[in-house]
Amino acid sequence: MSTETLTHDEHHDHGPESGLKRWLFTTNHKDIGTLYLLFSLLMFFVGGAMAMVIRAELFQPGLQFVDPAFYNQMTTMHALIMIFGAVMPAFVGLANWMLPMMVGAPDMALPRMNNWSFWILPFAFTLLLSTLFMPGGAPAGGWTMYPPLVLQLGDAFPFLIFSVHLMGASSIMGAINIIVTIMNMRAPGMSLLKMPLFPWTWLITAYLLIAVMPVLAGAVTMLLTDQFFGTSFFTASGGGDPVMFQHIFWFFGHPEVYIMILPAFGIISEVIPTFARKKLFGYEAMVYATASIAFLSFIVWAHHMFTVGMPLSGQLFFMISTMLIAVPTGVKVFNWVATMWRGAMTFETPMLFALAFLFLFTIGGFSGLMLAIVPADLQYHDSYFVVAHFHYVLVPGAIFSIMCAVYYWLPKWTGHMYNETLGKWHFWLSTIFVNVTFFPQHFLGLAGMPRRIPDYSTQFADFNWISSVGAFGFGLSQLLFVYIIFSCIRGGQKATDRVWEGSHGLEWTLPSPAPYHSFETAPEIR
Amino acid sequence: MTTGLTSAPKRTFVARLADWFRRSAGALALLCLSSVAAAEWGLNMTPGVTDVSVEVYKLHMLIFYICVAIAVVVFGAMIYSIFQHRKSKGVTPATFEGSTKVEIVWTSIPFIILIAMAIPSARALIQIEDTRAPDMTVKVTGYQWMWQYEYLDEGLNFYSNLAIDSNLARQLGSEIDPESVENYLLEVDKPLVVPVGKKVRILLTSNDVIHAWWVPALGGKKDAIPGFINEMWFKVNTPGIYRGQCAELCGKDHGFMPIVVTAMADADYQQWLDEQTGRTADLAEPADTGSAVTQTAVVDDRERSMDELMAAGEKSYITHCSACHMVNGAGMPPTFPALAGSAVATGDIAAHIDIILNGKAGTTMMAFGAQLSDFEIAAVTTYERNAWGNATGDVVQASDVRAQR
Ligand code: HEC
Ligand SMILES: [Cu+2]
Repeated sequence: MSTETLTHDEHHDHGPESGLKRWLFTTNHKDIGTLYLLFSLLMFFVGGAMAMVIRAELFQPGLQFVDPAFYNQMTTMHALIMIFGAVMPAFVGLANWMLPMMVGAPDMALPRMNNWSFWILPFAFTLLLSTLFMPGGAPAGGWTMYPPLVLQLGDAFPFLIFSVHLMGASSIMGAINIIVTIMNMRAPGMSLLKMPLFPWTWLITAYLLIAVMPVLAGAVTMLLTDQFFGTSFFTASGGGDPVMFQHIFWFFGHPEVYIMILPAFGIISEVIPTFARKKLFGYEAMVYATASIAFLSFIVWAHHMFTVGMPLSGQLFFMISTMLIAVPTGVKVFNWVATMWRGAMTFETPMLFALAFLFLFTIGGFSGLMLAIVPADLQYHDSYFVVAHFHYVLVPGAIFSIMCAVYYWLPKWTGHMYNETLGKWHFWLSTIFVNVTFFPQHFLGLAGMPRRIPDYSTQFADFNWISSVGAFGFGLSQLLFVYIIFSCIRGGQKATDRVWEGSHGLEWTLPSPAPYHSFETAPEIR
Repeated sequence: MTTGLTSAPKRTFVARLADWFRRSAGALALLCLSSVAAAEWGLNMTPGVTDVSVEVYKLHMLIFYICVAIAVVVFGAMIYSIFQHRKSKGVTPATFEGSTKVEIVWTSIPFIILIAMAIPSARALIQIEDTRAPDMTVKVTGYQWMWQYEYLDEGLNFYSNLAIDSNLARQLGSEIDPESVENYLLEVDKPLVVPVGKKVRILLTSNDVIHAWWVPALGGKKDAIPGFINEMWFKVNTPGIYRGQCAELCGKDHGFMPIVVTAMADADYQQWLDEQTGRTADLAEPADTGSAVTQTAVVDDRERSMDELMAAGEKSYITHCSACHMVNGAGMPPTFPALAGSAVATGDIAAHIDIILNGKAGTTMMAFGAQLSDFEIAAVTTYERNAWGNATGDVVQASDVRAQR
């Protein structure tokens, strides 16, 4: 009796507020994590709807549904929304939910900033999406925003720049919070090299974010002044250089692709050991590999620009540095395989997604290696081969890892098991359709189809309609994902605290569902 | 006003819908057969027709096979493990959790493979970058959305636009089946013509935004950047027609600025060159739009009938103007004004000719004076003043245009 009153007393102001205020003013890492994840899910469908428009138009040669200008708006917005609205917020949401639980902290270190870094996002994306209804339409110059093309935008231009600024600010705040939490709030005894890999990869990712988001902000600010304040950073007729924008952009852009994949590596490194019932093989090698990938990501940017006309020595440098990334990435894949090796595996939905990640991300890695070979890249560049490559690393790569994480931790979040049968259906449909969608795009690119075109020569017709059928199938399958998540939130078989037989790590020592505040007293790590 | 240009086969909505269903149903069936059937669809890079493109193709295949070999090992181990090391087989998990020796091995082996790969790549790259000692030079300028070819030593200069058949068929809701158009979207009015066996240097630049000049059979692409000149070269080994496209997003009609290169034996090329340069004297019959030489030097003041002007004007209009003002003259306000009912196209003739000749500074309405002959401008002006309900009845002659140059 007395203990109960005491507990109640201690918690007097700690429960969630009720109603909308809970979500608007929350400083709780779980609430904010939930907000991030739901926002990301919403954006996943908004961006996905745009992908459906793209694939519907490409289903057959000829223009059937949209004019080329709108088509360009769709490709541009699809990319911006998926990158900044779906993938990145999903990883930040997972970090919010899991980092305090995994390092033994009660909450994130900077809870008010945490609230703000989330609530910036709805504003940023409202601004961005509102451009669809403006004269001249939404941004249509590609998510890469290359001048001079981007300067031809209509009213959308300043909105694009401002929303990119907002997204950057949100990311930087999120990153600061993650670094401060990990550096200061680990449970006693948890040295950095005892920390699980998901926090590790996020720690490194957060440094990448802080290093490169300001670079992007700088680049788009220069676009803004070029357009409105008479500068000519990127205008050749004023003494500027349009290629300089590309250098600055990709100095952000390449680390950005690792920002979208390093946390995925962390997730896979948590999930495979659980379902193989065996410790992660080569833990330290994994940490060092992550760090080397992060370092290398700063010196490979110009491999996105092999066709701009660089000196030979520059091309050779960027070719070799890019190929080098294959080494630590390979180490990771080998370590995951070695973790599976002689384990006792079971294949619940999270494990299935992790294994699909392993296969399909590796395929994306292979095409990446091919793209690094400059002479061959002069053919691949800006063709559908590139589209296939980055969708392989982003969809069955980053997005599958996010789905994997959701299935893995959902019982811990909600206290209920999700429907395993439906989960498996979702997995198989997604995996089959993702390959039907993107595998033929390799062939299209090699056969000479450029990317970012609304219509194509008839020789490309067959692979295009296959790809479109795959895309519609993939899109529809995701409705199942939403259904599974929401029915798991509402109810289901009660989850145990450990949830998985082979689970390891602090988050599984907490009850399911996890209490509103994670570790009130720090756990002891031996 | 139709002049028979839009007479390609039309397809009803029902026919298209049926086609959709047929294709969707076929999709799954075909996937199973894809390895067999797809062989004819162009699955792979083609070796191309230059030494460089063959070299690039070999590199592509080499790195591809290396990837396949690695994949066999890695995926093989994974699949084996998935089937053998599963709990349902009653195995107890092993307890090993790392080995420095193994880590060193699988760090060094990929490293060695990569170095081995880098050497032939670097060799090919050095060859690609060697633009010295060309036999001829063509300056290629990208425009929204066409290409300009200037033969620097031969004094030849012309623009290359999407061919009119493709241009009509690619309009939204055109109802023209692309399958019925030969080389749909990969045909131009005037191709770049080069001799085989000669080192052709291409100097690339752009007039507006960044474009990229890509003909896969010639071995690669390069960006055309405003304010900068990029170099590339090729030496075609086999006569033929090689097709490509702009490969850098350049705005609305990025997908509609194809490249066609015709490579012919040197003697044929010389003959073609003579015809082109000699053609200046014979501009009276501009059978196709986009004439080959800078036309302003030639005086061609013949009077034409309304019908003749309208017919030529429609062709010119579709080729040069419809990208922005649309085939039906409706434009895309606010970016591109409508010409149907426009004050300029129904008002003062001199002002109308002036905006076509000299463009409008600070907008994408460029000056067509250098690109089109007096006759073509006269024709297009006449067309705009009488098409889409602009029933002014005005007839503009080449001499009127000449007077305003
Ligand atoms: C790259 C896009 C583009 C192309 C191609 C183009 N125009 Fe224009 N055109 C414009 C724009 C933009 C304007 C509006 C300029 C302004 O702001 O006054 C315009 C204006 C005009 C006007 C004046 C309309 C008015 O009511 O103010 C005429 C006439 C015209 N164009 C004729 C042509 C003809 C003839 C061609 C082909 C030979 C052509 N244009 C090709 C973009 C284009
Ligand atoms: Cu272009």
